[in-house]
Amino acid sequence: MLRIENLTMQFGGVVACSGLTAEVKPGQIVGLIGPNGAGKTTVFNVITGVYKPTAGRITFSPREGEQYQLVGLSPDHIAKLGICRTFQNIRLFSELSVLDNVFIGSHLRLRSSVFSSVLRLPRYTAEEKEHYEKSLYLLEKIGLQDFRDEKANSLPYGMQRRLEMARALATNPKLLLLDEPAAGMNPQETLELTEFIQEIKEEFELTVFLIEHHMEVVMEISEKIYVLDHGVLIAEGSPSEVQSNDKVIEAYLGVG
Amino acid sequence: MRDKQRTDLAALLALVCAVVALFLANKYLDDYKIRIINLSGIYVTLGLSMNLINGFTGLFSLGHAGFMAVGAYTVALLTMPISMKEMNFFFQPIVPWLANVEVGFLPALLAAGLISAFLGVLIGAPVLRLRDDYLAIATLGFAEIIRVVFTNTQSLTNGALGLKGIPNYTNIWWSWGVAFITVWFVTSLIRGSYGKAFMAIREDEVAAQAMGINLFKHKVMSFAFASFFAGVAGGLLASLLGTIDPNMFRITLTFNILLIVVLGGLSRITGTVISAVVVTVMMEALRFLDESINLGFIEIKGVPGMRMVVFSIILILVVIVRKAGLMTRLKGRESSYAEN
Repeated sequence: MLRIENLTMQFGGVVACSGLTAEVKPGQIVGLIGPNGAGKTTVFNVITGVYKPTAGRITFSPREGEQYQLVGLSPDHIAKLGICRTFQNIRLFSELSVLDNVFIGSHLRLRSSVFSSVLRLPRYTAEEKEHYEKSLYLLEKIGLQDFRDEKANSLPYGMQRRLEMARALATNPKLLLLDEPAAGMNPQETLELTEFIQEIKEEFELTVFLIEHHMEVVMEISEKIYVLDHGVLIAEGSPSEVQSNDKVIEAYLGVG
Repeated sequence: MRDKQRTDLAALLALVCAVVALFLANKYLDDYKIRIINLSGIYVTLGLSMNLINGFTGLFSLGHAGFMAVGAYTVALLTMPISMKEMNFFFQPIVPWLANVEVGFLPALLAAGLISAFLGVLIGAPVLRLRDDYLAIATLGFAEIIRVVFTNTQSLTNGALGLKGIPNYTNIWWSWGVAFITVWFVTSLIRGSYGKAFMAIREDEVAAQAMGINLFKHKVMSFAFASFFAGVAGGLLASLLGTIDPNMFRITLTFNILLIVVLGGLSRITGTVISAVVVTVMMEALRFLDESINLGFIEIKGVPGMRMVVFSIILILVVIVRKAGLMTRLKGRESSYAEN
């Protein structure tokens, strides 16, 4: 699904990520962990085209037999190929309604022209109806159907996180990148979130790549985990392998 | 469902009332008042067109006077009778390919809009990569360049002498007809998927792009529509006034439109319409401030431009006290969706 090879990202003299090689296989949930400032979000930003890496290749194959080089593509192009993300610091369209936030997620799949949208030609209205139905379904899925006309920024924090996920799902992604989905959630919410991620993964046939700080979440749902520290990959493997890795313990607890 | 029907019915009722009011006004009011009504209609179009860029798409553009100039000159040169052109261009003859052209008002208006939109795309391609104040400066520069170019292209625009004797096609039906079309167009655009994508760009460019919205394409689109309507409005203005010259299209003209947009509220369609009418009428009604006022015991000397001070003060107050504009309802419903 996604193959990252020798990825290096430098900002001036700062090396945010150096020589990272990782792979996400179709249908997997893969975790990316590491202490603060380890360069995890940078990896996401490079995958989604926000940054152009200093060196390295990223290959994305949404379907069998299709392969795309992501380096050099713009974020919107990458989203159209089927990679969508959420943000660590929530980035909703805050003044717009909850429903519109999700609806806008479908915009990239719209085939009608702007003129058929203004004239409300049947072709466009049919597409719009389909997008709205999908948005409403997604809102129901995340339990926000009763808040659909509220402004996005009026929602409590946990709901905003879920709304971001619904918006990302509306783009019809093959690969979903979640940047700290459990940040700021209490244990109960965290538990619900893990179940939710597994559920949407099954239902929408997703592959999930997630950054997480809460070890319980990652350990619980990931099939494979990559551990970054200071931009360098220090460990990879199944949750239990990673948990017992000396370097990982050192990076997290500062033993040394 | 009922909600949507009710909105449509209300819109239809408002339209009928407006048409009846315009009809009565056209019949019973004098020329001066009708001219103000015409100007109001033109300013409605201009306000909405600017609101599309500055309000809905969140791009701070100040190029409206430039697009209006393009539209005004297009309509003037296309509708002016051939003999009139000869009279106007006594200093230097008009370019041959324009000398024998005379078309109807509708095709001229369309041409004005299309040329202006084309120019919008041309200008938009480089400057829309800029943000906020940089974009404002670049578009402001563009408008000034248009003005200077028009002052110096003697055989095309008659330069600083301007054009006189432009046929007065603009009447209440033209100016308000275009205004209604603009209201319909902007409303329909904003309710649809593309309009929501514009607003998404305004809210958060990074997130919009991550959701697959091509920022450049959508910004240019919004810019082109806005310049189209600015061009058409410029054409209506030229035909209403009968006389134009490059100096009409200074930054103050853009400022007047910005005033309408800010007072009515950014991203507010109804607000812009009402504010356009109120501001245009007030501009005339407050003319007494420019003249000397005799209060019986004391006479205040007239200061030309005094009425603009009043508007500036109102604008400052609005920006400080009610940023969202005077016409804003507390809870916006423009974005709410009613199932069909």
